[in-house]
Amino acid sequence: MSVDETLNQLSVVIQKNQLHEILNFLKNDPRTSFEMLIDICGVDYLKMNESPRYEVVYHLYSISLNHRVRIRIKLDEKDLSLKTVTDLWPAANWFERETAEMFGIVFQGHPNPKNLLLYEGFPGHPLRKDYPVDKRHAIPVSLEKV
Amino acid sequence: MALTDVFAGAVIPTKVKEVVAWGRKNSLWPMPYATACCGIEFMGTVSSYFDISRFGAELVRFSPRQADLLIVLGTINYKQAPILKKIYDQMCEPKWVISAGACASSGGFYNNYNVLQGIDEIIPVDVYVPGCPPRPEAILHAVMKVQEKIEKEAKGQAA
Repeated sequence: MSVDETLNQLSVVIQKNQLHEILNFLKNDPRTSFEMLIDICGVDYLKMNESPRYEVVYHLYSISLNHRVRIRIKLDEKDLSLKTVTDLWPAANWFERETAEMFGIVFQGHPNPKNLLLYEGFPGHPLRKDYPVDKRHAIPVSLEKV
Repeated sequence: MALTDVFAGAVIPTKVKEVVAWGRKNSLWPMPYATACCGIEFMGTVSSYFDISRFGAELVRFSPRQADLLIVLGTINYKQAPILKKIYDQMCEPKWVISAGACASSGGFYNNYNVLQGIDEIIPVDVYVPGCPPRPEAILHAVMKVQEKIEKEAKGQAA
């Protein structure tokens, strides 16, 4: 676990097995009370030669106390699974779906683990840095697949 | 003495095919498939200042069954491709397609995993309009080009 504060923005790296416990605390404790989940996103550090390669970032905001925090979890290529936080913030539903399809991160316990933006059956994860920019797939022809 | 001189001024000799084409080209019913800013330009083209009704194409239909001119305005991504194809298939013959703007014609600056690199990958296109977005004059020019094509087709000339 490490804490970093740059430009008045607090950023905390935590272990992946503590994720749900810590986020649950941050949401419900009256001293933090982060009622609002701003965003969940993935990061691929392939071209920066960092290890582990992936990271998932949770952006939290407290409406009542007007403060923010960024929670980061480093993920190794071999184990890209995380526990869902849809039970804490329903807003996590679509964020997790997007992060899952774009980076291939699996959110365990997600109520609706389908693609959000890509069509059903899209091969690969386009926001990974090793995904070729000019790669094209066959154009989907059936409306059922969309 | 030619027949035209006998009936001078009273009759116009022509062919049924050409009369039908004349009717078609002056009463195009467009169906806009607008997904981006090009659609806003089309709204400007239809309204009074540019007035597409000067070319007889003011009756905009949002149902493919009632339209004979499909105008694709905007970025078409992979997820929309089958929808656009289905709409094109639902239109009755004869039908024409205008691809308006850089995105519909070539993918524009979206060279990535999810944008179709031009709608001609899935449906045939008659007239391409350059621009990002094209000016209303450019869309009117495309309508005139379609009219020209309809006329030439009826006369058996290459469009």
